[in-house]
Amino acid sequence: MAREIATQNAQKGGPEQGPVFKRSTSARHALDWVFIVLLFIATMIGLVVLAVLLVDIAVDGVPRLSWKFLTSFPSVIPENSGIYPALLGSVWLLGLTALISVPLGVGAAVYLEEYAPDSWLTRLIEVNISNLAGVPSIIYGLLGLGIFVNLLPSVTGGESILSGALTLSLLILPIIIIATREALRTVPDAVREGGYALGATRWEVIRSHLLPMALPGALTGTILALSRAIGEAAPLIVVGAATYITFAPTGPQSNYSALPILIYSWISQPQPGFQTAAAAGIVVLMIVLLLTNSVAICLRNKHQRRV
Amino acid sequence: MDFRETQEEEVALSDLSQERPESVKPRGTPSKQDGTLGMSIENLSAFYGSYKALTDVNIDIRPNKITALIGPSGCGKSTFIRCLNRMHEVIPEAYAKGCVKLGDQDIYAKNTDPVTIRRRIGMVFQKPNPFSKSIYENVAWGARINGYRGDMDELVERSLRRAALWDEVKDKLKKSGFDLSGGQQQRLVIARTLAVEPEVILMDEPASALDPVSTQKIEDTMAELKKRYTVIIVTHNMQQAARISDYTGFFYIENMGDPGQLWEFDETNKMFSSPDRKETEDYVTGRFG
Repeated sequence: MAREIATQNAQKGGPEQGPVFKRSTSARHALDWVFIVLLFIATMIGLVVLAVLLVDIAVDGVPRLSWKFLTSFPSVIPENSGIYPALLGSVWLLGLTALISVPLGVGAAVYLEEYAPDSWLTRLIEVNISNLAGVPSIIYGLLGLGIFVNLLPSVTGGESILSGALTLSLLILPIIIIATREALRTVPDAVREGGYALGATRWEVIRSHLLPMALPGALTGTILALSRAIGEAAPLIVVGAATYITFAPTGPQSNYSALPILIYSWISQPQPGFQTAAAAGIVVLMIVLLLTNSVAICLRNKHQRRV
Repeated sequence: MDFRETQEEEVALSDLSQERPESVKPRGTPSKQDGTLGMSIENLSAFYGSYKALTDVNIDIRPNKITALIGPSGCGKSTFIRCLNRMHEVIPEAYAKGCVKLGDQDIYAKNTDPVTIRRRIGMVFQKPNPFSKSIYENVAWGARINGYRGDMDELVERSLRRAALWDEVKDKLKKSGFDLSGGQQQRLVIARTLAVEPEVILMDEPASALDPVSTQKIEDTMAELKKRYTVIIVTHNMQQAARISDYTGFFYIENMGDPGQLWEFDETNKMFSSPDRKETEDYVTGRFG
């Protein structure tokens, strides 16, 4: 049909039209391939850079790892320095932060998602929580300094692990709330209706059905949030974590240090021995993070299978 | 042992009167067994916010009978049935006005707790929604939270038997409720509804998502259920209504955007052979759907 039109046009003396669909398919496929390559390169850049960094750290740090490294205290002599108090401090911080932030975050998410009416106040709270998730962590450090260290030293013990944990809890609370809300939203309404139709109260439905079903998603978000908390240095320095400490934490109100802070202070030293120690510290931090994430994934899988 | 609150022995007998000009004569004394209650609805209107979805429904539901509600889509049948166990108000901004009596008790009275009403008036939904728990827990949970103090194993078995599911699941009570087929899941939902010892069972198109074999099983179950409970079923399947129900109500909307109303209500035989109103006849003969 197109060819007949073209021939007719040619016979009439007009320009030959050719087939109606003009672009060559080989050119279109070539463009397709160009983008496949470009996007692949984009993916690999991130992965390759990360891999190079990790390999570099591992090469420097792994030889330095030893039981002595994990159980010694920092010292002015690089070869004798260890991470023991900072490692314990990070573990304490992780535990206390989880204890404070998880109940508060999950509770707030349950309230906002299941109980709160659709009013201007609720919407105001939701907007504020989203904004708080993006506030730089040093701001939380300043907030913690003002409230927990200076205003409430009798409760927190001043520049103590408790102040640090409370500050970190505030930092990650918005993330936990948002992740838990998203998880609650994935539970279909049919579950709620089925519960109410049996003569259950709202809390009974939440406790027996919604929270267990939302658990995998909420756990994932919570673990990601806690992982971020372990890696924070700036807000902790502001609320008084020590950069050099010679004793392990004695309780929630004791002074403390944390792994990222110790790593930071070692990197600032001129001696190459401290650089190596810092690399080893980073490896330990990565392992702690991997362990925490694995625990979360195990818990999540266990609940997914049961559910 | 059961844990029901004390109920008044009540005969739900009243005129099947409606707002529409012709009023229907009462059809003899309704039977009453085991103290099962019927329901009596007066001037019920239902709203979603400012939109009126249902207007002035008056109907009497006889105890130990199956009442079917039919009508074209969007005429308020589901809204109506959800008002009967106060599930309608679970939707934000939705409310109902009027009087709905379970036996002698107005379930919309000021000091009535919707939670206790919903135990006494159970509901089975269109799409089976078992809990993501074991089959045993599915049935036991409702009874447990309502404070059941008797033998739970016995209650679970009894409820599954009454839902015609026991033989198929007795060896796999610990398996997840989702391991069952659609028809079995729906019967599991029926079993868990029965476990809390309701008096009325509401069913909102319970078999519309199921295959014919499962549908037949559900219909057989309903015929058994009406011996002990009062059953109200919303259905799009007119043949199903004609097959299983004793009374049928026809819902209709005159113009688009109008609230739905109960157009006619009578014994099923009469509704399907010689209904009083033209629209009813047009609908049951399939002139419109």
